[in-house]
Amino acid sequence: MNWISQIVAVAIFNLRTIPNRKGSAITTVVGIAGVVAVFVGVLSIAEGFRAAMTVSGSDDVVIVLRSGADSEMNSGLSREETRLIADVPGVARNAEGALLSSELFVMVNLPKRSTGTDANVPLRGVGKEAASVRHNIQIVSGRMFELGRNEVIAGAGAARSFAGLDVGNKLRVGQNEWEVVGVFTGGGGSAESEVWTDAAVLQPAYNRGDTFQSVYAKLTSPDSFVQFRDALAANPQLKVKALLQKEYLAEQSKALTSFIETVGVGITALMALGALFGALNTMYSAVAARTREIATLRAIGFGASPIVFSVLLESVALAIVGGVAGAAGAYFALDGFQTSTINFQTFSQIAFAFTVTPQLLAKAILWAAAIGMLGGLFPAIRAARLPISTALRET
Amino acid sequence: MSTGQEVLVRVENVEKTFRRGSEEVHVLSGMNLDVPSGEFLALMGPSGSGKTTLLNLIGGLDRTTTGSVKIGSERLDQMSDRQLAAWRARHVGFVFQFYNLMPALNAERNVELPLLLTHLSRAQRKRHVQTALEVVGLSHRAKHYPRTLSGGEQQRVGIARAIVTDPTLLLCDEPTGDLDRKSGDEILSLLQALNQDQGKTIVMVTHDPHASNRATRTVYLEKGQLSAEKPE
Repeated sequence: MNWISQIVAVAIFNLRTIPNRKGSAITTVVGIAGVVAVFVGVLSIAEGFRAAMTVSGSDDVVIVLRSGADSEMNSGLSREETRLIADVPGVARNAEGALLSSELFVMVNLPKRSTGTDANVPLRGVGKEAASVRHNIQIVSGRMFELGRNEVIAGAGAARSFAGLDVGNKLRVGQNEWEVVGVFTGGGGSAESEVWTDAAVLQPAYNRGDTFQSVYAKLTSPDSFVQFRDALAANPQLKVKALLQKEYLAEQSKALTSFIETVGVGITALMALGALFGALNTMYSAVAARTREIATLRAIGFGASPIVFSVLLESVALAIVGGVAGAAGAYFALDGFQTSTINFQTFSQIAFAFTVTPQLLAKAILWAAAIGMLGGLFPAIRAARLPISTALRET
Repeated sequence: MSTGQEVLVRVENVEKTFRRGSEEVHVLSGMNLDVPSGEFLALMGPSGSGKTTLLNLIGGLDRTTTGSVKIGSERLDQMSDRQLAAWRARHVGFVFQFYNLMPALNAERNVELPLLLTHLSRAQRKRHVQTALEVVGLSHRAKHYPRTLSGGEQQRVGIARAIVTDPTLLLCDEPTGDLDRKSGDEILSLLQALNQDQGKTIVMVTHDPHASNRATRTVYLEKGQLSAEKPE
């Protein structure tokens, strides 16, 4: 019989003996499940944050900022510049003109529903085409604000996370009072963490004169981006830069997602080390408990390598059971869990949901398998190197 | 005493030394032994005399320090570990004092184990297993797990496993050492029948003179040396 059949034969009865060693086997499974649950849990925060930031990004929406600005926070554009941008070729138009929204935003303090402590919420002044320019903006409760009035609409994530954003409430921000007239969704994107009002009302309320911070424009097609960007660059009256909204949002989420991923992988690596010793212990005791059986198989004529692989197979099987349990636990406990955090690139709160993706689950189970593989390796080698003649006499 | 038949096992000038810490322990020294084909040889001697070591050398489970072990035309001392494993699978059946059955497998699965190393189909393996279990009188216990079998029955499963590939040589290490007299007698009768009816060459290590009486020849080991006569 071939080598693989030998491995399968030995592995089958190795696996059948697991109930005889259920204490150490369960320790390994639980240890690895814990590692995987933490791995999935932490990285689902990064996934959720990234998704919230980028899901609303589109290939045919551009954001224009002042040259040298990293974000809307440190950008500034005059009305004249926004007009020039509207005339650039590549911008989509409807009967009323260019599909473009000149915007500014300020940070306002609102108490979090969960803790009652104040946090920064972006209050964005937008043009009347803001919803047409972006994808997926839908009023889900109340109505759109009216132009020229102190009215706001709240993103669904902001309304969920912060007190005072229910329809009908009045907000006192700065010297003004604003009425919440609607709640909108934005496909789960970052816009849902914002509060919107008419830019023309926001400018005087915050002494911004006739200036904006960004222009959002819809392109005639994704292919028009290069034409649009080059046209802006060629205009000597404009000192601006254009970015696809998708790329801009990805860039804005990069620092925090990288930080979360680094912390997540760090914590997971430390826990994995613990689980690795658990797996090692389990497999060493498995080999020790079966010393005579292994020696008997070797005496009968089974080779050393099928013994190694069968021990590894058992270890990986236990690890995968732990991995699947941990991943399933994390998925059911965390997927969709709503929370918010500060994006330290924009200093604003972003509401998002923990997002457990299939790729994340697959990655976590691969980690588990790797722990199982490493944990089984040395015991497997030990099993294969047992001197047959002495091992046969083990009791 | 030789039977005049072709020599199957030839042990020549074998030394076997173990290291125990800094001390060298000479287990076998200048060992010479011929076992003709078809012989049932009993190896007797006190504990620590080297009986099992000699048996392990003949079975390719251990290597000589010097000297050679030849089985048929093959020199075991010149084989690699992989070659030895393949040789054992083809030519030797082992019977152990404590049976060494796999507790997770039932009797027929235990007996089938050596056949997993052959190219036989599942149906062929099943036939061989049935035959081996019939030879040892245990076909009715084929589905039983070791824990549900008596010591004598477990040893018979062990013998069925040893003969299922129809090996030339059976090596038995104290096969009745863990059994009561009645079960021991049954096992010895079975080994005797395998020797007489099927021509198996058997080398059996035993402490028990009653067991050695069933063999066709008995040799004695004392301090790593062989003698045909029982030492005083």
